[in-house]
Amino acid sequence: MDRRETLKTLVVGSFASSFVLTGCNPDHMEPGAVSEEEVNLGKDLGVDLDAPGHGYGRTPAEQARDEMLFSQTFFNDHEMATIAVLADIIIPADEVSGSATDAKVPEFIEFIVKDMPYHQIPMRGGLMWLDHESNRRFDKVFKDLNEEQQIEIVDDIAYPDDVAPEYQAGARFFSNIRNLVTTGFYTTRIGIDDLGYVGNQPNAWDGIPEEVQKKHNKFYRDEYKDRFLKPEEREEIEDWSGYEL
Amino acid sequence: MAFQIKEQGKEYDVVIVGSGAGGGMAAKTLSDAGLKIALLEAGPDFDSTDPAQRTQLRWPWESPRRGAGSTRAFGDFDMAYGGWNIEDEPYTQKDGSNFRWFRSRMLGGRTNHWGRISLRFGPLDFKRKDYDGKGDNWPISYDDVAPYYDKVDQLIGVFGTKENMPNEPDGYFLPPPKPRLHELYVRDSVLKMGIPMIPSRLSMLTKKLDDRRGPCFFCSQCSRGCMVYADFSSAYSLIQPTMTDGNIEMYLNAMVREVITDENGRATGVSYINKEDMKEYVVKGKVVVLAASAASSARILLNSKSRAHPNGLANSSNHVGRYIHDSTGSGMMALIPELMDRQRYNEDGVGGMHLYTPWWGNDQKHDGFTRGYHIEYWGGMGMPAYGFGFGMENLSRLVPRENGDNRPGGYGKRLKEDVRRFYGSTLGFAGRGESIPQYDNYCEIDPNTVDSYGIPVLRFHYKWTNDEVMQAKHMVDTFEEIIHNMGGIVLGEKPGPERQYGLTKPGEIIHEVGTTRMGNDKNTSVLNKYCQAHDVDNLFVVDGGPFVSQADKNPTWTILALSWRTSDYIVDQLKKQNI
Repeated sequence: MDRRETLKTLVVGSFASSFVLTGCNPDHMEPGAVSEEEVNLGKDLGVDLDAPGHGYGRTPAEQARDEMLFSQTFFNDHEMATIAVLADIIIPADEVSGSATDAKVPEFIEFIVKDMPYHQIPMRGGLMWLDHESNRRFDKVFKDLNEEQQIEIVDDIAYPDDVAPEYQAGARFFSNIRNLVTTGFYTTRIGIDDLGYVGNQPNAWDGIPEEVQKKHNKFYRDEYKDRFLKPEEREEIEDWSGYEL
Repeated sequence: MAFQIKEQGKEYDVVIVGSGAGGGMAAKTLSDAGLKIALLEAGPDFDSTDPAQRTQLRWPWESPRRGAGSTRAFGDFDMAYGGWNIEDEPYTQKDGSNFRWFRSRMLGGRTNHWGRISLRFGPLDFKRKDYDGKGDNWPISYDDVAPYYDKVDQLIGVFGTKENMPNEPDGYFLPPPKPRLHELYVRDSVLKMGIPMIPSRLSMLTKKLDDRRGPCFFCSQCSRGCMVYADFSSAYSLIQPTMTDGNIEMYLNAMVREVITDENGRATGVSYINKEDMKEYVVKGKVVVLAASAASSARILLNSKSRAHPNGLANSSNHVGRYIHDSTGSGMMALIPELMDRQRYNEDGVGGMHLYTPWWGNDQKHDGFTRGYHIEYWGGMGMPAYGFGFGMENLSRLVPRENGDNRPGGYGKRLKEDVRRFYGSTLGFAGRGESIPQYDNYCEIDPNTVDSYGIPVLRFHYKWTNDEVMQAKHMVDTFEEIIHNMGGIVLGEKPGPERQYGLTKPGEIIHEVGTTRMGNDKNTSVLNKYCQAHDVDNLFVVDGGPFVSQADKNPTWTILALSWRTSDYIVDQLKKQNI
């Protein structure tokens, strides 16, 4: 069965029913309908819809689901622009790394609310709350305020322990979008380099660096020192002769 | 019937249902003996090196949801096709039970994503009734299984250290990796409390066993499946290397419905639904070996009704499905301020903890419970995925910055600084304990519900007893003490009695066993001590079903040892023409 056929089977089969619950437009369920635009949307996020398994080991059913999500649009242009402004307030560029929009965090948020529909109403409603509050105070929507005005509102909702009762809903929204922006940023190349995570590659672990052991005053105990793996012996085939239980 | 069941003319020596630990080991052993085998697997093929399936060494941004668990319970990169909920394969509950049934539909089954914690049961673990009067003893002892543990160690590979602890038998161990920093913090705390902490015992190759499987390269991603086969998966450690001998014919996407019997009640094969064409087929064999997982094998037996076996197959005792039991679990998280602002280096290590705590309390009396648990630890500077950086406000309030500022929340440069300073400073504790198997915990056929393949589904009835609840209390009390001793801060609220001390739901630890337990009395057990059905001499079960009790040890190593032992017995019985 080629991929197109697989998708067709999945769409008419049991898999289709899960989309009904997520509010998917059935027009987008035509098999094999991966447009160039969708492929590019995927590439914005680092996903290659043209690669086998979408480049990250997807099953045919999971591929169909991804393609469905990429074919939909949730946020309108105004909402996306507002998310971009907020995202860069939450994660601005600094001397270590770039900003949330540099890391394409708004595009991630657009995808994740389709992937996890329970985010949709709180996010859309939260953006509405923000514009309402901006209009009330300054007679403009949030994204058109100047920086000082934006920060004035954000300061009222960014610290969950100190929120006036009338701003509780806004604070709840801000905590949610802070979570999504932070996770969206630190799961990109830019964010991981900022963090200094240096793993996810073949290596030969040989214990905690000595200067770190000294700094933390944590050392390997003598009784184990000779029993741990010596990385240079990894390629040897274990010889059980002489091993006694 | 609206369609014809297609019978294959061919008769195999052995039909094996399921390709996980038990099925893979049986397939290898029986193929080595030259027997012709049909191996049925309910899911697709799996090859960890296939670019279309590989998730190892992927970056979080290669997933548009950054590895979140929207379609796979443990996240996009976890190598388990399936989960607790599979759309086409429902199950139901009875009397308010909430049993959670995890299945992996793929070659190798659940061995593709498990933690590779490979602990032998100890002498006491086979005879717990002698110790506390609860449950039942196994009809076999440690000495019966030990030679097979020895063989499994050498065939598959497990690292560890000889410790000479009474109920934690040593094995043929490859050298363990050095612990990581957070593990030394925990070690110093628990040793002060008189609690042991020793190198963990995981089935990962720190050295090679042969030229086919490469040694571990420390990416910490065993749950994603290994491209060099450095960890154990039934798919690439047992089945794929055996296929070249030509004795095994594989039936993929084959969902077994029932065991077929003749007029004398002996097994003649199995019927299955081919998920690709949705038609039913029969495969015939002289011997049938069920290794579909404890609950699935019980389901197949209960659905195998005939005139000779009106109650389901091998079920004259009415014990098929009874005594299902999972491990207990509870957990806690901590922040270690001394681990903040850490120097960065690659500490991925192996795919699991480098040190663990075996149960230390066999010689003590405990408040309300008699069986033990081991402690697993996690932490370190791991690769971020979806969820990383959530709830930063809950951390910032705990440890003030240099200027005294600990106001939770915020944004901007300050938020980025907080993410960096807290990175790698949190760690987690997970207790995994032995529950007491109960006759009244069972799975049975739900007469009202079928799955997408028309097969009647399982209905679960399960209640924890006070023993498990009090054991969970001991876990969280112990974790809290360990955390305080290391200068740490408990994260979140410690679970109290209203939440059963954080006790997991049955099935959540994915160690369910016991549904076709072995015993010497055919009225209170399904199988004899060789995992052969009391009622049907050419029918065997080699998954977790035969377990009488499961210790606080993860079941896989014992499933492998028992499957090998049963396979040897099958070869012997065929030679003697007894079956």
